[in-house]
Amino acid sequence: MNSLVMIVVGAALVNNVVLSQFLGICSFLGVSKQMKASLSLGGAVIFVITIASAVASLLYTFVLEPLSLAYLQTIVFILVIAALVQMVEMFLKKNSPAIYKALGIYLPLITTNCAVLGVALTNVQNGYGLAESVLAGFGTAVGFTVAIVLLAGIRGRLDESAVPLPFRGAPLVLLSAALMSIAFMGFGGIS
Amino acid sequence: MKTCLERIYNGVLKENPALVLMLGMCPTLAVTTSAINGFGMGLSTMAVLIVSNLIISLLRKSIPDEVRLPAYIVIVASLVTVVELLTQAYLPDLYKALGIYIPLIVVNCIILGRAEAFASKNSPLPSLFDGVGMGLGFTIALVLIGLVREFLGAGTAFGVTILSPEVFTPLGIFIRAPGAFLVLAIVVAVMNGASVMTRANEMVNGCDGCCAKCGKICEDTKEEAVK
Repeated sequence: MNSLVMIVVGAALVNNVVLSQFLGICSFLGVSKQMKASLSLGGAVIFVITIASAVASLLYTFVLEPLSLAYLQTIVFILVIAALVQMVEMFLKKNSPAIYKALGIYLPLITTNCAVLGVALTNVQNGYGLAESVLAGFGTAVGFTVAIVLLAGIRGRLDESAVPLPFRGAPLVLLSAALMSIAFMGFGGIS
Repeated sequence: MKTCLERIYNGVLKENPALVLMLGMCPTLAVTTSAINGFGMGLSTMAVLIVSNLIISLLRKSIPDEVRLPAYIVIVASLVTVVELLTQAYLPDLYKALGIYIPLIVVNCIILGRAEAFASKNSPLPSLFDGVGMGLGFTIALVLIGLVREFLGAGTAFGVTILSPEVFTPLGIFIRAPGAFLVLAIVVAVMNGASVMTRANEMVNGCDGCCAKCGKICEDTKEEAVK
Protein backbone atom coordinates (compact mmCIF):
# COMPACT_ATOMS: atom_id res chain seq x y z
CA MET A 1 0.00 0.00 0.00
CA ASN A 2 2.74 2.37 1.04
CA SER A 3 4.66 1.79 -2.18
CA LEU A 4 1.54 2.48 -4.26
CA VAL A 5 1.06 5.83 -2.50
CA MET A 6 4.71 6.60 -3.13
CA ILE A 7 4.22 5.92 -6.86
CA VAL A 8 1.46 8.53 -7.05
CA VAL A 9 3.34 11.11 -4.95
CA GLY A 10 6.57 10.42 -6.80
CA ALA A 11 4.96 10.81 -10.21
CA ALA A 12 2.99 13.92 -9.25
CA LEU A 13 5.51 15.92 -7.24
CA VAL A 14 9.01 14.46 -7.01
CA ASN A 15 9.46 13.67 -10.72
CA ASN A 16 6.98 16.25 -11.95
CA VAL A 17 6.29 15.53 -15.60
CA VAL A 18 6.73 19.10 -16.84
CA LEU A 19 9.11 20.65 -14.34
CA SER A 20 11.63 17.85 -14.13
CA GLN A 21 10.92 15.49 -17.05
CA PHE A 22 10.13 18.22 -19.62
CA LEU A 23 7.22 16.36 -21.22
CA GLY A 24 4.22 18.27 -22.51
CA ILE A 25 6.09 21.58 -22.57
CA CYS A 26 4.17 22.81 -25.62
CA SER A 27 0.77 22.81 -23.96
CA PHE A 28 2.25 23.77 -20.57
CA LEU A 29 3.57 27.03 -22.01
CA GLY A 30 0.76 27.60 -24.51
CA VAL A 31 -2.42 26.88 -22.59
CA SER A 32 -1.30 28.34 -19.22
CA LYS A 33 -2.30 31.78 -20.47
CA GLN A 34 -5.82 31.29 -19.14
CA MET A 35 -6.75 29.71 -15.81
CA LYS A 36 -10.01 28.21 -17.09
CA ALA A 37 -8.35 26.62 -20.09
CA SER A 38 -5.59 25.24 -17.86
CA LEU A 39 -8.10 23.56 -15.58
CA SER A 40 -9.95 22.03 -18.53
CA LEU A 41 -6.76 20.79 -20.14
CA GLY A 42 -5.64 19.38 -16.78
CA GLY A 43 -8.93 17.50 -16.49
CA ALA A 44 -8.62 16.12 -20.01
CA VAL A 45 -5.02 15.08 -19.42
CA ILE A 46 -5.87 13.24 -16.16
CA PHE A 47 -8.68 11.44 -17.97
CA VAL A 48 -6.67 10.42 -21.05
CA ILE A 49 -3.36 9.54 -19.39
CA THR A 50 -5.02 7.32 -16.79
CA ILE A 51 -6.92 5.37 -19.46
CA ALA A 52 -3.94 5.28 -21.84
CA SER A 53 -1.65 3.91 -19.11
CA ALA A 54 -4.10 1.10 -18.39
CA VAL A 55 -4.52 0.21 -22.07
CA ALA A 56 -0.79 0.39 -22.81
CA SER A 57 0.01 -1.75 -19.79
CA LEU A 58 -2.56 -4.42 -20.74
CA LEU A 59 -1.39 -4.42 -24.32
CA TYR A 60 2.24 -4.80 -23.32
CA THR A 61 1.64 -7.59 -20.81
CA PHE A 62 -0.85 -9.64 -22.82
CA VAL A 63 0.05 -9.00 -26.45
CA LEU A 64 3.50 -7.59 -27.06
CA GLU A 65 5.42 -9.55 -24.47
CA PRO A 66 3.95 -13.04 -25.12
CA LEU A 67 4.54 -12.60 -28.86
CA SER A 68 8.07 -11.21 -28.18
CA LEU A 69 7.20 -8.06 -30.07
CA ALA A 70 8.34 -5.72 -27.30
CA TYR A 71 10.55 -3.84 -29.75
CA LEU A 72 7.41 -2.60 -31.50
CA GLN A 73 6.22 -0.80 -28.37
CA THR A 74 6.83 2.74 -29.68
CA ILE A 75 4.80 2.18 -32.86
CA VAL A 76 2.01 0.32 -31.09
CA PHE A 77 1.71 2.80 -28.21
CA ILE A 78 1.54 5.90 -30.39
CA LEU A 79 -1.13 4.38 -32.63
CA VAL A 80 -3.14 3.13 -29.68
CA ILE A 81 -2.96 6.51 -27.97
CA ALA A 82 -4.07 8.34 -31.11
CA ALA A 83 -6.97 5.94 -31.63
CA LEU A 84 -7.88 6.01 -27.95
CA VAL A 85 -8.10 9.80 -27.82
CA GLN A 86 -10.34 9.72 -30.87
CA MET A 87 -12.58 7.08 -29.28
CA VAL A 88 -12.76 8.88 -25.95
CA GLU A 89 -13.77 12.01 -27.83
CA MET A 90 -16.54 10.21 -29.73
CA PHE A 91 -17.75 8.40 -26.61
CA LEU A 92 -17.95 11.60 -24.57
CA LYS A 93 -19.68 13.48 -27.37
CA LYS A 94 -22.41 10.86 -27.48
CA ASN A 95 -22.79 9.87 -23.85
CA SER A 96 -21.86 12.84 -21.69
CA PRO A 97 -22.15 16.11 -23.58
CA ALA A 98 -21.44 18.04 -20.37
CA ILE A 99 -17.93 16.62 -19.97
CA TYR A 100 -17.42 16.86 -23.71
CA LYS A 101 -18.22 20.54 -23.63
CA ALA A 102 -15.74 21.14 -20.84
CA LEU A 103 -12.87 19.08 -22.28
CA GLY A 104 -13.83 18.91 -25.96
CA ILE A 105 -11.32 21.06 -27.78
CA TYR A 106 -8.43 19.95 -25.59
CA LEU A 107 -8.80 16.24 -26.29
CA PRO A 108 -7.19 16.15 -29.76
CA LEU A 109 -4.37 18.33 -28.47
CA ILE A 110 -3.43 15.52 -26.12
CA THR A 111 -2.48 13.08 -28.89
CA THR A 112 0.53 15.22 -29.64
CA ASN A 113 1.31 15.71 -25.96
CA CYS A 114 4.44 13.68 -25.43
CA ALA A 115 3.55 13.11 -21.77
CA VAL A 116 1.04 10.38 -22.73
CA LEU A 117 3.56 8.35 -24.71
CA GLY A 118 6.23 9.19 -22.14
CA VAL A 119 4.21 7.74 -19.27
CA ALA A 120 3.42 4.56 -21.19
CA LEU A 121 7.09 4.01 -22.03
CA THR A 122 8.30 4.85 -18.51
CA ASN A 123 5.83 2.36 -17.02
CA VAL A 124 7.21 -0.40 -19.22
CA GLN A 125 10.77 0.64 -18.40
CA ASN A 126 10.03 0.47 -14.66
CA GLY A 127 8.41 -2.94 -15.06
CA TYR A 128 5.09 -1.75 -13.59
CA GLY A 129 2.04 -4.01 -13.53
CA LEU A 130 -1.49 -2.82 -14.30
CA ALA A 131 -2.32 -1.22 -10.94
CA GLU A 132 1.05 0.50 -10.67
CA SER A 133 0.82 1.77 -14.26
CA VAL A 134 -2.61 3.27 -13.72
CA LEU A 135 -1.50 4.94 -10.49
CA ALA A 136 1.70 6.24 -12.06
CA GLY A 137 -0.31 7.59 -15.01
CA PHE A 138 -2.83 9.23 -12.70
CA GLY A 139 -0.07 10.74 -10.56
CA THR A 140 1.79 12.08 -13.58
CA ALA A 141 -1.35 13.69 -14.94
CA VAL A 142 -2.16 15.25 -11.56
CA GLY A 143 1.40 16.61 -11.51
CA PHE A 144 0.84 18.13 -14.96
CA THR A 145 -2.42 19.74 -13.80
CA VAL A 146 -0.84 21.14 -10.63
CA ALA A 147 2.04 22.62 -12.63
CA ILE A 148 -0.09 24.18 -15.37
CA VAL A 149 -2.65 25.62 -12.95
CA LEU A 150 0.12 27.13 -10.80
CA LEU A 151 1.77 28.65 -13.86
CA ALA A 152 -1.58 30.04 -15.05
CA GLY A 153 -2.01 31.68 -11.64
CA ILE A 154 1.47 33.17 -11.77
CA ARG A 155 0.95 34.45 -15.30
CA GLY A 156 -2.30 36.11 -14.27
CA ARG A 157 -0.32 38.20 -11.77
CA LEU A 158 2.56 38.87 -14.15
CA ASP A 159 0.30 40.45 -16.75
CA GLU A 160 0.13 43.70 -14.81
CA SER A 161 3.80 44.05 -13.89
CA ALA A 162 6.36 46.23 -15.64
CA VAL A 163 8.97 43.98 -17.21
CA PRO A 164 12.11 44.97 -19.17
CA LEU A 165 11.21 44.82 -22.86
CA PRO A 166 13.40 41.87 -23.96
CA PHE A 167 11.99 39.73 -21.14
CA ARG A 168 8.34 40.35 -21.99
CA GLY A 169 6.39 37.34 -23.21
CA ALA A 170 8.14 34.00 -23.50
CA PRO A 171 11.31 34.70 -21.43
CA LEU A 172 9.24 35.73 -18.41
CA VAL A 173 7.09 32.60 -18.67
CA LEU A 174 10.23 30.44 -18.93
CA LEU A 175 11.78 32.19 -15.92
CA SER A 176 8.60 31.55 -13.91
CA ALA A 177 8.81 27.91 -14.93
CA ALA A 178 12.46 27.85 -13.82
CA LEU A 179 11.55 29.18 -10.37
CA MET A 180 8.69 26.67 -10.09
CA SER A 181 11.12 23.94 -11.05
CA ILE A 182 13.50 25.02 -8.27
CA ALA A 183 10.62 24.91 -5.81
CA PHE A 184 9.60 21.45 -6.98
CA MET A 185 13.17 20.21 -6.51
CA GLY A 186 12.40 20.55 -2.80
CA PHE A 187 10.01 17.58 -3.09
CA GLY A 188 13.06 15.44 -3.81
CA GLY A 189 13.39 15.19 -0.02
CA ILE A 190 10.24 13.05 0.20
CA SER A 191 11.71 10.07 -1.55
CA MET B 1 21.84 22.55 -56.28
CA LYS B 2 20.90 26.09 -55.35
CA THR B 3 17.67 25.03 -53.68
CA CYS B 4 19.57 22.37 -51.72
CA LEU B 5 22.03 24.88 -50.24
CA GLU B 6 19.17 27.27 -49.60
CA ARG B 7 17.35 24.52 -47.61
CA ILE B 8 20.43 24.05 -45.42
CA TYR B 9 20.85 27.79 -44.82
CA ASN B 10 17.14 27.97 -44.03
CA GLY B 11 17.30 25.13 -41.49
CA VAL B 12 20.46 26.25 -39.73
CA LEU B 13 19.84 30.01 -39.52
CA LYS B 14 16.67 31.48 -40.92
CA GLU B 15 14.21 28.95 -39.52
CA ASN B 16 16.32 27.17 -36.91
CA PRO B 17 13.79 24.68 -35.53
CA ALA B 18 14.81 24.91 -31.88
CA LEU B 19 15.76 28.57 -31.54
CA VAL B 20 13.51 30.35 -34.03
CA LEU B 21 10.52 28.07 -34.66
CA MET B 22 10.55 26.79 -31.04
CA LEU B 23 9.74 23.25 -32.12
CA GLY B 24 10.85 20.16 -30.22
CA MET B 25 10.97 21.94 -26.87
CA CYS B 26 10.87 18.72 -24.83
CA PRO B 27 14.23 17.31 -26.00
CA THR B 28 15.73 20.81 -26.23
CA LEU B 29 15.16 21.26 -22.52
CA ALA B 30 15.55 17.69 -21.33
CA VAL B 31 18.73 16.31 -22.85
CA THR B 32 20.96 19.38 -22.97
CA THR B 33 22.59 18.62 -19.62
CA SER B 34 25.86 18.21 -21.54
CA ALA B 35 27.12 19.06 -25.01
CA ILE B 36 27.65 15.37 -25.84
CA ASN B 37 24.06 14.46 -24.97
CA GLY B 38 22.78 17.37 -27.03
CA PHE B 39 24.94 16.23 -29.93
CA GLY B 40 23.69 12.62 -29.69
CA MET B 41 20.05 13.72 -29.53
CA GLY B 42 20.58 16.12 -32.43
CA LEU B 43 22.14 13.43 -34.61
CA SER B 44 19.42 10.85 -33.79
CA THR B 45 16.71 13.36 -34.64
CA MET B 46 18.54 14.38 -37.80
CA ALA B 47 18.82 10.75 -38.96
CA VAL B 48 15.08 10.21 -38.49
CA LEU B 49 14.23 13.56 -40.08
CA ILE B 50 16.31 13.01 -43.24
CA VAL B 51 14.95 9.54 -43.92
CA SER B 52 11.35 10.41 -43.00
CA ASN B 53 11.42 13.51 -45.25
CA LEU B 54 12.78 11.39 -48.09
CA ILE B 55 10.25 8.57 -47.69
CA ILE B 56 7.29 10.89 -47.23
CA SER B 57 8.32 12.91 -50.26
CA LEU B 58 8.62 9.74 -52.36
CA LEU B 59 5.20 8.55 -51.17
CA ARG B 60 3.53 11.95 -51.32
CA LYS B 61 1.40 11.01 -54.32
CA SER B 62 0.36 7.59 -53.02
CA ILE B 63 -0.72 8.59 -49.49
CA PRO B 64 -4.40 9.64 -49.49
CA ASP B 65 -4.90 13.07 -47.99
CA GLU B 66 -7.40 11.93 -45.33
CA VAL B 67 -5.08 9.42 -43.67
CA ARG B 68 -1.81 11.25 -44.18
CA LEU B 69 -1.18 12.00 -40.51
CA PRO B 70 -1.54 8.38 -39.29
CA ALA B 71 0.57 7.30 -42.28
CA TYR B 72 3.32 9.78 -41.37
CA ILE B 73 3.20 8.67 -37.74
CA VAL B 74 3.68 5.02 -38.73
CA ILE B 75 6.63 5.90 -40.98
CA VAL B 76 8.26 8.09 -38.32
CA ALA B 77 7.64 5.55 -35.53
CA SER B 78 9.24 2.76 -37.59
CA LEU B 79 12.32 4.90 -38.26
CA VAL B 80 12.57 5.88 -34.61
CA THR B 81 12.45 2.21 -33.63
CA VAL B 82 15.33 1.52 -36.02
CA VAL B 83 17.37 4.39 -34.55
CA GLU B 84 16.51 3.22 -31.03
CA LEU B 85 17.70 -0.33 -31.71
CA LEU B 86 20.87 0.92 -33.43
CA THR B 87 21.86 3.23 -30.56
CA GLN B 88 21.06 0.47 -28.08
CA ALA B 89 23.38 -1.89 -29.94
CA TYR B 90 26.27 0.39 -30.92
CA LEU B 91 26.15 3.39 -28.56
CA PRO B 92 24.90 1.94 -25.26
CA ASP B 93 26.21 4.89 -23.21
CA LEU B 94 24.29 7.40 -25.28
CA TYR B 95 21.22 5.15 -25.17
CA LYS B 96 21.39 5.16 -21.37
CA ALA B 97 21.91 8.91 -21.16
CA LEU B 98 19.04 9.80 -23.49
CA GLY B 99 16.76 7.02 -22.22
CA ILE B 100 13.09 7.58 -22.92
CA TYR B 101 13.79 10.66 -25.07
CA ILE B 102 14.91 8.47 -28.00
CA PRO B 103 11.49 6.81 -28.52
CA LEU B 104 9.92 10.21 -27.88
CA ILE B 105 11.45 11.48 -31.14
CA VAL B 106 8.17 10.13 -32.59
CA VAL B 107 6.23 13.00 -31.06
CA ASN B 108 8.89 15.60 -31.81
CA CYS B 109 7.02 18.36 -33.59
CA ILE B 110 9.93 19.07 -35.94
CA ILE B 111 9.52 15.75 -37.73
CA LEU B 112 5.77 15.78 -38.31
CA GLY B 113 5.97 19.53 -38.89
CA ARG B 114 8.50 19.19 -41.71
CA ALA B 115 6.61 16.24 -43.19
CA GLU B 116 3.45 18.30 -43.32
CA ALA B 117 4.97 21.65 -44.26
CA PHE B 118 7.68 20.59 -46.71
CA ALA B 119 8.13 16.92 -47.64
CA SER B 120 4.49 16.34 -48.56
CA LYS B 121 4.66 19.16 -51.11
CA ASN B 122 8.16 18.91 -52.59
CA SER B 123 10.23 16.47 -54.62
CA PRO B 124 12.63 14.03 -52.87
CA LEU B 125 15.95 15.85 -53.27
CA PRO B 126 14.93 19.22 -51.77
CA SER B 127 13.06 17.30 -49.03
CA LEU B 128 16.19 15.36 -48.20
CA PHE B 129 18.20 18.58 -47.95
CA ASP B 130 15.43 20.17 -45.91
CA GLY B 131 15.90 17.28 -43.48
CA VAL B 132 19.67 17.82 -43.46
CA GLY B 133 19.27 21.57 -42.87
CA MET B 134 16.64 21.28 -40.16
CA GLY B 135 18.55 18.42 -38.52
CA LEU B 136 21.80 20.40 -38.55
CA GLY B 137 20.05 23.46 -37.15
CA PHE B 138 18.52 21.39 -34.36
CA THR B 139 21.85 19.67 -33.59
CA ILE B 140 23.75 22.97 -33.48
CA ALA B 141 21.15 24.50 -31.18
CA LEU B 142 21.22 21.50 -28.80
CA VAL B 143 25.04 21.44 -28.71
CA LEU B 144 25.18 25.18 -27.98
CA ILE B 145 22.62 25.00 -25.17
CA GLY B 146 24.30 21.85 -23.85
CA LEU B 147 27.70 23.56 -23.95
CA VAL B 148 26.45 26.56 -21.94
CA ARG B 149 24.73 24.37 -19.36
CA GLU B 150 27.67 21.98 -19.06
CA PHE B 151 30.19 24.81 -18.73
CA LEU B 152 28.24 26.69 -16.06
CA GLY B 153 27.00 23.58 -14.29
CA ALA B 154 30.13 21.42 -14.27
CA GLY B 155 32.98 23.60 -15.59
CA THR B 156 33.57 21.22 -18.49
CA ALA B 157 33.03 21.24 -22.25
CA PHE B 158 32.40 17.95 -24.09
CA GLY B 159 33.53 16.22 -20.89
CA VAL B 160 36.92 18.00 -20.82
CA THR B 161 37.60 20.08 -17.71
CA ILE B 162 38.00 23.75 -18.67
CA LEU B 163 37.92 25.40 -15.29
CA SER B 164 39.02 23.29 -12.34
CA PRO B 165 36.72 23.38 -9.29
CA GLU B 166 39.31 25.39 -7.30
CA VAL B 167 39.10 28.29 -9.75
CA PHE B 168 35.38 28.19 -10.45
CA THR B 169 32.74 26.54 -8.30
CA PRO B 170 30.28 24.99 -10.79
CA LEU B 171 26.70 26.22 -10.47
CA GLY B 172 25.09 22.78 -10.26
CA ILE B 173 21.63 24.21 -10.86
CA PHE B 174 22.43 24.61 -14.57
CA ILE B 175 22.67 20.88 -15.18
CA ARG B 176 19.56 20.23 -13.09
CA ALA B 177 16.04 20.79 -14.42
CA PRO B 178 15.63 24.52 -13.57
CA GLY B 179 18.81 25.37 -15.49
CA ALA B 180 17.13 24.30 -18.74
CA PHE B 181 14.29 26.80 -18.35
CA LEU B 182 16.75 29.45 -17.15
CA VAL B 183 19.13 29.13 -20.11
CA LEU B 184 16.29 29.05 -22.64
CA ALA B 185 14.68 32.11 -21.04
CA ILE B 186 17.94 34.03 -21.39
CA VAL B 187 18.47 32.83 -24.98
CA VAL B 188 15.00 34.02 -26.00
CA ALA B 189 15.46 37.31 -24.11
CA VAL B 190 18.74 37.94 -25.94
CA MET B 191 17.09 37.18 -29.29
CA ASN B 192 14.20 39.52 -28.36
CA GLY B 193 16.73 42.18 -27.42
CA ALA B 194 18.48 41.77 -30.75
CA SER B 195 15.01 41.81 -32.36
CA VAL B 196 15.39 38.40 -33.99
CA MET B 197 11.82 37.28 -34.51
CA THR B 198 11.26 33.96 -32.78
CA ARG B 199 8.00 32.10 -32.43
CA ALA B 200 8.48 31.89 -28.65
CA ASN B 201 5.98 34.60 -27.94
CA GLU B 202 3.32 33.04 -30.13
CA MET B 203 3.99 29.79 -28.34
CA VAL B 204 3.28 31.14 -24.87
CA ASN B 205 0.15 32.78 -26.21
CA GLY B 206 -1.25 29.39 -27.11
CA CYS B 207 -0.73 29.55 -30.87
CA ASP B 208 2.44 27.53 -31.10
CA GLY B 209 1.41 25.85 -34.36
CA CYS B 210 3.20 22.92 -32.77
CA CYS B 211 1.96 20.01 -34.80
CA ALA B 212 -0.44 19.81 -37.65
CA LYS B 213 -3.42 19.62 -35.35
CA CYS B 214 -2.64 22.50 -33.02
CA GLY B 215 -3.33 25.11 -35.69
CA LYS B 216 -6.98 24.18 -35.63
CA ILE B 217 -7.03 24.03 -31.84
CA CYS B 218 -5.69 27.55 -31.80
CA GLU B 219 -8.58 28.81 -33.90
CA ASP B 220 -11.07 26.91 -31.76
CA THR B 221 -9.58 28.37 -28.58
CA LYS B 222 -9.85 31.84 -30.04
CA GLU B 223 -13.49 31.27 -30.94
CA GLU B 224 -14.09 30.00 -27.42
CA ALA B 225 -12.42 33.10 -26.00
CA VAL B 226 -14.61 35.34 -28.13
CA LYS B 227 -17.74 33.63 -26.82
